[in-house]
Amino acid sequence: MALLKHTPTEVMERKSLVINPAKTCQPIGAMYASFGIHGCLPHSHGSQGCCAYHRSTLTRHYKEPISASTSSFTEGASVFGGHANLLQAMNNIFSVYEPEVIAVHTTCLSETIGDDLNQIRDKAEKTGKLPEGKTFIGAPTPSYVGSHVTGFSNMVKAMAMLAEPSGKKNGKVNIIPGWVEPCDMGEIKRLAAMVGVDITLFPDTDGVLNAPLTGEYKMFPDGGVTVKELKRCGDAVGTLALGEWCSADAARWLDSKCKVPCTVLDMPFGLAATDRFIDVLRTVAGVSVPDAVAFERGQLVDMISDMHQYLYGKRVAIWGDPDQLISMCEFLVSLDMQPVYVVTGTPGKKFEKRIREICEGQPFEVKVKAKGDMFEMHQWIKNEPVDLLIGNTYGKYMARDEDIPLLRWGFPILDRQGHQYFPTVGYKGGLRLLEKILGLLLDRKDRDDPETQFELVL
Amino acid sequence: MAKTKKVVQLMPTDIKEELLAKYPPKVARKRAKQIMINEATEAEAPPEILANVRTIPGIITMRGCTYAGCKGVIMGPTRDIVNITHGPIGCGFYSWLTRRNQTDPGPDGANYMPYCFSTDMQDQDIIFGGEKKLAAAIQEAYDLLHPKGICVFATCPVGLIGDDIHAVCKKMKEKFGDCNVFAFSCEGYKGVSQSAGHHIANNQVFTHLVGEQQEVPEGEFKINLLGEYNIGGDGFEIDRIFKKCGITNLSTFSGNSSYDQFARAHHADLNLVMCHRSINYVADMMETKYGIPWVKVNFIGSESTAKSLRKIGEYFGDKKLMDRIEKVIAEEMPAVEAAREEVLPRTKGKTAMLFVGGSRAHHYQYLFAEMGMSTLSAGYEFAHRDDYEGRQVLPGLTVDADSRNIEEIEVEADPERYNPRKTPDEVKALEIAGYKFKHYAGMATEMDKGTILIDDLNQYEAEKLVELLKPDVFCAGIKEKFSIQKTGVPMKQLHSYDSGGPYAGFKGAINFYHEIDRLVNSKVWSYMKAPWQESPELTGTFVWE
Repeated sequence: MALLKHTPTEVMERKSLVINPAKTCQPIGAMYASFGIHGCLPHSHGSQGCCAYHRSTLTRHYKEPISASTSSFTEGASVFGGHANLLQAMNNIFSVYEPEVIAVHTTCLSETIGDDLNQIRDKAEKTGKLPEGKTFIGAPTPSYVGSHVTGFSNMVKAMAMLAEPSGKKNGKVNIIPGWVEPCDMGEIKRLAAMVGVDITLFPDTDGVLNAPLTGEYKMFPDGGVTVKELKRCGDAVGTLALGEWCSADAARWLDSKCKVPCTVLDMPFGLAATDRFIDVLRTVAGVSVPDAVAFERGQLVDMISDMHQYLYGKRVAIWGDPDQLISMCEFLVSLDMQPVYVVTGTPGKKFEKRIREICEGQPFEVKVKAKGDMFEMHQWIKNEPVDLLIGNTYGKYMARDEDIPLLRWGFPILDRQGHQYFPTVGYKGGLRLLEKILGLLLDRKDRDDPETQFELVL
Repeated sequence: MAKTKKVVQLMPTDIKEELLAKYPPKVARKRAKQIMINEATEAEAPPEILANVRTIPGIITMRGCTYAGCKGVIMGPTRDIVNITHGPIGCGFYSWLTRRNQTDPGPDGANYMPYCFSTDMQDQDIIFGGEKKLAAAIQEAYDLLHPKGICVFATCPVGLIGDDIHAVCKKMKEKFGDCNVFAFSCEGYKGVSQSAGHHIANNQVFTHLVGEQQEVPEGEFKINLLGEYNIGGDGFEIDRIFKKCGITNLSTFSGNSSYDQFARAHHADLNLVMCHRSINYVADMMETKYGIPWVKVNFIGSESTAKSLRKIGEYFGDKKLMDRIEKVIAEEMPAVEAAREEVLPRTKGKTAMLFVGGSRAHHYQYLFAEMGMSTLSAGYEFAHRDDYEGRQVLPGLTVDADSRNIEEIEVEADPERYNPRKTPDEVKALEIAGYKFKHYAGMATEMDKGTILIDDLNQYEAEKLVELLKPDVFCAGIKEKFSIQKTGVPMKQLHSYDSGGPYAGFKGAINFYHEIDRLVNSKVWSYMKAPWQESPELTGTFVWE
C-alpha cells in the first residue's frame, strides 16, 4: 500500500494543474516577516480565512502563539472596497492590543478589488485611526504573483522603507537575513558579534517565535528589530542581503534611495556561502576576523573530512525556496554529494541557471525546475531513485512510499522539532546539517546492512 | 508550582463587564450581545444570544472562511473525489492534509487525500479570466487519474473576476460522460464564517451526489451518520459500534467517505445528525425529498453514546436490535467505567472551558462531566442561535445580508423516490413516548446556571477569561493553543485533537479520560519558574569583580 498510489512513473506534461505545490502564497511570508519587528501586530487585509490559514500554518511550524488580525472582508467590502474595514480594524487594534507597529499586507482579494494601502494609511493618519507615535507598515502581497518568498521580500522592503537617513553614517551594517528560522537569525547576530561588527538585523524573529514558557503570555515578546533601528538603517555603511529572492529588493532600495551600498549574497548555509558571508562582512565593516571564527570553520571542515566516505556520491532530491536551495546545493556539491533533482514552486529563470552553474562539471546531471511541484519530482524519483530527500514535512509521504530518508529542512515543518532552536546557518549550522544528514544515512545503513557486514564503528 | 485557585468568587456579571471594559463603545455593544450569562433551566428558555454575525475587523478571531468550511471541513475527507482549488496557490496549500481526517480506502480504493490540486492562478488569469485554465486543469486531472468525481472550489478572486465555474464543470462533465464534475461557489468572503461554507457544501453534495446510485444496498437498519468527519479516527470507532449492534451505516457525511456512499445515502431509513451546525441542511433536504426522518445524536461521551444507540433502537422498534444494543452497551461499559474510576480521583472538581465548532463545545461537556469536571464557560466559533438556544428559535431567525448570499435550494418531494419511512401514526406514537425528531435543544439548556456562553470568542477575551477564572484545561483550536499554554494552562485542541483520538464512542471516551488526566496533571506546568526566581533572596553575597 502506498500513500501516493496515484502518482504514475510516466511523466505527463501538465500546464494548468499544480499537484502537491512546492510553494504557497505571498501573504504568509509577509506575516512571518512582520513578527521580526518588535511590538508588531501583523494584519491581513482580506477575508478572515487568509489570516486563519497563515496563523495556523505558522503556529504548527513554530509551536508558538501567532497573533495576527484581519480586516474580515464580507461580500460588501469585496464589492465596495475594504477601506472602512481596515480603518475600523486599526481603531480596534490600537484600543485593544496596543501594538507599537501594525504591519499590513494585502491578499488576492484586496488586490483584485484594487485597495491601496498608502491611501488608507493617509486616511488613517488624518482621521486619528493611527495614533501618534504608532507606525504603519504596508506591503502589497498579491497571492497570484510569485510565492510566499515574494511576500516575505515585499514586507522586508516595506520595513526598509521606514528608513529616515540623517545624512551621517553611523558605522553600522544592515543584515537582511531572509526567510530563515528565528535561531538562524540569532546565529547571524552571534557571528556578527564575533567578527566585531555592529549590525541591524531585519527582520529578526529571534526571541519572538522561539520564546520560552514562563507562565506569562506576552503578546509582544522582547525580540524583534525596533522601528527606531529601522529608521536608522539608512545611515548604515552597507547592507548585506542574504538571498536574492528574500532580501535583495529591500537592500537595493536602501542602496538607491539612501545611498547605503548593498551586497547581495547567498544565504550562509554550508561552508562556502558562510565563508563569503564572513568575508564580505569584515570587508564592509572594515574589521579583521578573529581566530574564533576560523576555529569554528575548521571544525566544520574537520567533520567533512572525517565522514566524507558516507556522503560521497549520494544522490539527493531537494525542494523548497530558491535562496535556501542555492546554498544547500552548493554545500551538497562541496561534500561530493549529488543534488540530482532540485525543485522550487517559486518562479524565476535565474534560479535554474544558478543551480546548473553550481552543478556544472560534476559527475551527475541535475534536473532543476522553478515553478515546479512535488508531484513531478516524485515521478522523477520513481524513474531513478535517490538516497536522500531534503525538504519540508510534505515530503514524508514520498519518503514513506519510496523508503527514502527525509531531512526535514525548509517550510513548513509540521511534525518534528528543533528547527526553531538549532540553527543551520553558519559553520555551527553546517555541523548541524552534517550531523542530521549523516544520522539519516547511517541509520539507514545500520538498518539495511546484512548481518555479516553490520559494524560497530562507522 | 501549585495552581493558584481563584481567591475571590467573581460574579458572572463582573466577568462580562471585565471582558468588555477595554473595547471601543461600538465593539463593546456588539460583544455584549454575544456574551450571555446562562439562566436557562429545564423549564426556562435560555436568554437570546447574538450569533452568526460578522466578525469585527481587527479583533483577533478564531474564525476561518467559507472556503475552509466547504473545501476543508465538508469535502476535505472525501477520498475518491479529486478536489481542485481554483485560485492562487495558498488556499489549496493550507487545506492540504491539515485536518487529521482519517480514511481507509482499502488496498484497491482510490485515495486522493494526500494530494493537493490547484489551478495556481497567476496575474494574467486574474486579468483575463481563469475559466480556460480551470477547464484545462480539470482535463489534466481526468487524464491523469480518471476519478469518479472532480469537485472545484472557488477562492476569493474567482467570484470577483466572475469565472463561471459551474458552467465549466457542466461542460467537462458532459464531455467526459463517466466523471461527475461540479463546483462550489465558496469564496472566502461569503457569509461570516466557515458556516456559510458548510451550507454551500451541503447544497452541492445533495444536488450532485445524493441519489445517484439506484440499486438498493444490502443491510438491516440502514442509517446515515451526518456531520462526523473521522478526525483522529472517531468515525472508525462509531462504525465499530454500529457493526457490533448490527446497524448498517450507508454513508458518513463525510468522514471516511467515498463517492458511492454519498450516492446511495437516500436508501437509508434514518439520518443521524452528529454535528448539527455543519450538516443539518442535508438532513432536512433528505427528509423533504426522500422522506427520511432525522434525529440528533451524540457519540461523544460514553453515556451519550449509549443514549444515541438506544435512540436508534427505539426508532426501528425492533426487539432483536434493541436487545443487541443493550448487550453491546453492557459489554463496552465496564472498560469505560474502569478507566473513569481510575482517573476520577485526579480529575474530579477540575474545570474546563470549550470554544470550538459547531457542536463540539457542547458535546465534549458530556465527557468532562463523566470525569467530574465542570464547564465554566463555552461557546461556538461559527454556530447559529439554534445551536445555543435550540431549534425552536429557527422560525424567528431573521435572514441578514450575509446569509442571503448563500443559495437556499428549493427541494421538493421526489415524485418517485419519496417514501416516508414512518406513517404519521407511527411518528405520533414515537413522539407520545417522548421521541424527538428534528430536535436539538442547544447547548445553553444543558449548561449550569451562571455559566458564561460566548459566541465567536476572540484572543483578548480568551486571555481575560483564563486570567479571571483559571480553568484547569482550555479547549479551542491550533491558533489559540500556545497563547493559552504560555500562561501555564493546558490547552487541548478540539478541532483536530492535536494528536491522538479517537474520542468518540466507548473506546474514545477511555482515550479522552487518559488524555485529559495527562494534560491537567502533567508535571510540566510546575516548571514555570527557576529556583532562583521562586526565592530570589540571597543568604550570602558573591562578589565577582
